[in-house]
Amino acid sequence: MELHPWMPNSDPRILAEMLEAIGVDSIGELYSDIPGEARFKGDWDRLPVGEGGPLPEGRVAEVLEGHISRITRLRAPPFMGGGVWPHLVPEVVRHVSALGQILTSYTPYQAESSQGVMQALFEYQSMVADLLEMDVVNSSMYDWSTALAEAGLMALRVTKRSTILVPEAMNPRHRKVLEAYLEPVGGVVRPVKVDPRTGQIDLEDLEGKAGRDVAAVYLEQPGYLGQIEEEAGVVGEIAHRAGALYIMGVEPISMALLKPPGRLGADIAVGEGQPLGLGLNYGGPYLGIFAVAWNGRLVRQMPGRIIGLTRDAAGRRAFAMILQTREQHIRRARATSNITTNEALMAIRAAAYLTLLGGEGLRRLAETIWYNSHYLASRLSEIPGVEAPLLDSEFIADFTVRLPAGFKETRKRLLAKGYAAGIPLEGHTPWLTPNDGLLTATEAHEERHIDGLVEALAEVLGVQ
Amino acid sequence: MEYRQARWEEPLVYEQGDPARGGYLVPQPSERIKRRVGPPRIPEKAARGEAPRIPGMSEVEVVRHYTRLAEMSYGVDSGPVPLGSCTMKYNPRIAARYAYHPRLEMLHPLLDEELVQGVLEAMYRVQEWLKHILGMDTCSLHPAAGAHGELAGVYAMYWYHKLRGRLGEKREVIVPDSAHGTNPASAAMAGFRVVEVPTASDGNVDMEALRSVVSSATAGFMITNPSTLGLFEENILEISRLIHSVDGLMYYDGANLNGILGHARPGDMGFDLAHVNLHKTFSSPHGGGGPGAGPVCARNIEVVGDIRLGDLLPGPRIVYRRGEYRLEWPSYGPVMIRAWQANTSVVLWSYVYMLSLGARGLRLAGELSVVNTNYFIARLRELSRYYEVPYAPGRARKHEVVVSAKPLKRQTGATAEDVAKGLLDAGLYAPTIYFPLIVEEALMFEFTESETRENIDRYVERLREIAEAAERGEPYRDWPLNTAARRVDLKEANHPKTITPTWRVKERRERGEIGPLR
Repeated sequence: MELHPWMPNSDPRILAEMLEAIGVDSIGELYSDIPGEARFKGDWDRLPVGEGGPLPEGRVAEVLEGHISRITRLRAPPFMGGGVWPHLVPEVVRHVSALGQILTSYTPYQAESSQGVMQALFEYQSMVADLLEMDVVNSSMYDWSTALAEAGLMALRVTKRSTILVPEAMNPRHRKVLEAYLEPVGGVVRPVKVDPRTGQIDLEDLEGKAGRDVAAVYLEQPGYLGQIEEEAGVVGEIAHRAGALYIMGVEPISMALLKPPGRLGADIAVGEGQPLGLGLNYGGPYLGIFAVAWNGRLVRQMPGRIIGLTRDAAGRRAFAMILQTREQHIRRARATSNITTNEALMAIRAAAYLTLLGGEGLRRLAETIWYNSHYLASRLSEIPGVEAPLLDSEFIADFTVRLPAGFKETRKRLLAKGYAAGIPLEGHTPWLTPNDGLLTATEAHEERHIDGLVEALAEVLGVQ
Repeated sequence: MEYRQARWEEPLVYEQGDPARGGYLVPQPSERIKRRVGPPRIPEKAARGEAPRIPGMSEVEVVRHYTRLAEMSYGVDSGPVPLGSCTMKYNPRIAARYAYHPRLEMLHPLLDEELVQGVLEAMYRVQEWLKHILGMDTCSLHPAAGAHGELAGVYAMYWYHKLRGRLGEKREVIVPDSAHGTNPASAAMAGFRVVEVPTASDGNVDMEALRSVVSSATAGFMITNPSTLGLFEENILEISRLIHSVDGLMYYDGANLNGILGHARPGDMGFDLAHVNLHKTFSSPHGGGGPGAGPVCARNIEVVGDIRLGDLLPGPRIVYRRGEYRLEWPSYGPVMIRAWQANTSVVLWSYVYMLSLGARGLRLAGELSVVNTNYFIARLRELSRYYEVPYAPGRARKHEVVVSAKPLKRQTGATAEDVAKGLLDAGLYAPTIYFPLIVEEALMFEFTESETRENIDRYVERLREIAEAAERGEPYRDWPLNTAARRVDLKEANHPKTITPTWRVKERRERGEIGPLR
């Protein structure tokens, strides 16, 4: 046995005493009940894992610095959104999520020792509730897509129906995840047409499809193609007339400017908390927002952990996990979801971010994003042959663009110039072409970044 | 040494902030930009009007707020957290430096692979290392948590039977009664009926009961090994043969992997599918509940034609070809069960952990977790008047042990919950309580390799003090006294008239806008 600093009892003296107290001569005896056939036969220590044995910290840092150095630096933050977005991360948010007693704590099963984490999560739930004007918010799902998928499952349970109507132009990844969750329980995702000129949901098509099999109608705000939906309230009315639930999917920063789901009749609101100080992190962790209206039928069917306000034995304000009888550790096969580990630390990051900005700061931020994306669109549309935005709808961050050349090829050439420009939209709907893409600009993009991208594009397209 | 947790009467942000205040200078567009495109035009029907009612605070207030909240929290950094089946290891700080490195913050998940080779290389290594550690052929880093890995696994079962045309009869998933709640919950999410089998008195699955429920309807079997009792399932090979004989799949819940690290692998025990919890066995911190990561792996058994079981796992495989790392998304099965590739930061944390230890260090970690558990059991024998270890008391446990406080309760009335609160009062986090469900007054301890002998001794001493205090008739229902809060009122917390999941509900209730939750 060798000494390892992360394992205090690896000290041979201590270990020997412990084995003696146990009454065995060797560690191996503690594994003697594993049947021979089920044991690992080879030489474990020679498995190609790590560099064989323990490494000093300096060597580990050297390897990791090498990895970091193999990330290419771009000239500007990516002009890419589509469900997660480049945003600046305030240093304080990084600091908060690195506080040891929070970072290394478990799910607050022992409420009395975990009041701080629970207050932070309660504040997250409360601020999201005020942002969305929805009364009940859980303390996180994995990401927007799984929040939506679980909202779909919940709608099936609540209505005992099977179909979820979605806009045909919705986020394609969210749709795939929704379908993956629904398929094994017999749920069906059915697309509703959107107006190819504006991207707005087609109310007539929706009305026609909103039959007695429909468990829920889903609408994104803003939509995947960036469009601000103007009839989000009417969509809710149509859903409710059909006896279906209304699920809205939202991006939280734009909610500072847009009418929140709670005012539009939404029964469930889902969304992506990533813009709230989480960073992009090449895929995660992110933060699934999940909220429902004040309705016991919905609240008792919602997934995920919820922190509530209560009192302690001394009559002082205290926090506790509530409505736990919905959860897997109690209800097992009849739980509303299997979720347990969630994205709590990301929710706490989001809470710190929201508190740093405040309601008016959030609104100023949304306006800056509006300005920057419109400036980008406006500059792009000066380039001959470029249509930006392609859709005739208002937008906040993401917007569509049509180039006079293939989007993918043009994007490749822009990458060589240090700009990651958007997401290709070819094949997303029948009416989007290989020349179309989804661009974004946020507060992370400075004027020179945007000007740089526009100049690079003009060059690539051969116009000056 | 008297323990006292900080107790700040810390107001909620709603009680100290204001929507007009803030602690962050929001970047403003230049006047040139403003003149050119502004002001913002939001269609009237969609416009919010006023700013959201989110309280803002200055930067220093925010820092102080969270410092106080942190002081009223308890993590591995504060002291031992022996929650059974949670594997609360020390979270090495060298990993914190890279898992959330500022360079990652601008890496969009759809960025071209050529730009992020350094990240993909690290992810690739974790993926490959996990294959060796688990004895599996294919791994996907995609799932965001252990339960999400299970979901990927039961979806693989679903698609396996569907593609083989037998979904109509394959309707049941079998789980032991000692299983984590996620197992039956995951199986139900994939539309399967859950059949529970009892545990025999020796702590193994009751084989007779298992044989009586295995049938052509069996789609699969989910088990954690070592079990939640900390016991290695001695009949595992026989169980595998039995399940495979009806074309069922064996699923390994990796929550307890620490218990066999270095000595056995799921792939060698007949498992077809397995997930691991990077936030348990591989030391990524729990963050008050998450994030985690639950990579899921499979053996490459044939499904139909060229399709292998591994092809049915959702999420991209990281492939290395011609000197370049790339993501390859699957063409079969659920394809994706979250929008993006992986909880990359969590994967990177575990990468640093695995790299730091290597195969030999990981074996040491597993072994020392087992030594710590059995040392605790040996010391606990002094207290057998109060605490017993049910099921095969003579057998060595692996990474965890379930203790029953039944004798204590019989003699004094003090329950497992009272014991838990008594531990908190000494600055020692409580074990998992009332789980597994098959043990009365269960206290499930998992010390992991990170805990010192002195701290394990401290638990034994404290358990003795608690029992003696209860015997003396001390008011144990009043415990804890030294924590930020006293025992919390769960009745008020959950009552339809008082339930308060958000500040908004409190205010609206007070204004008479909403009634009881119905």
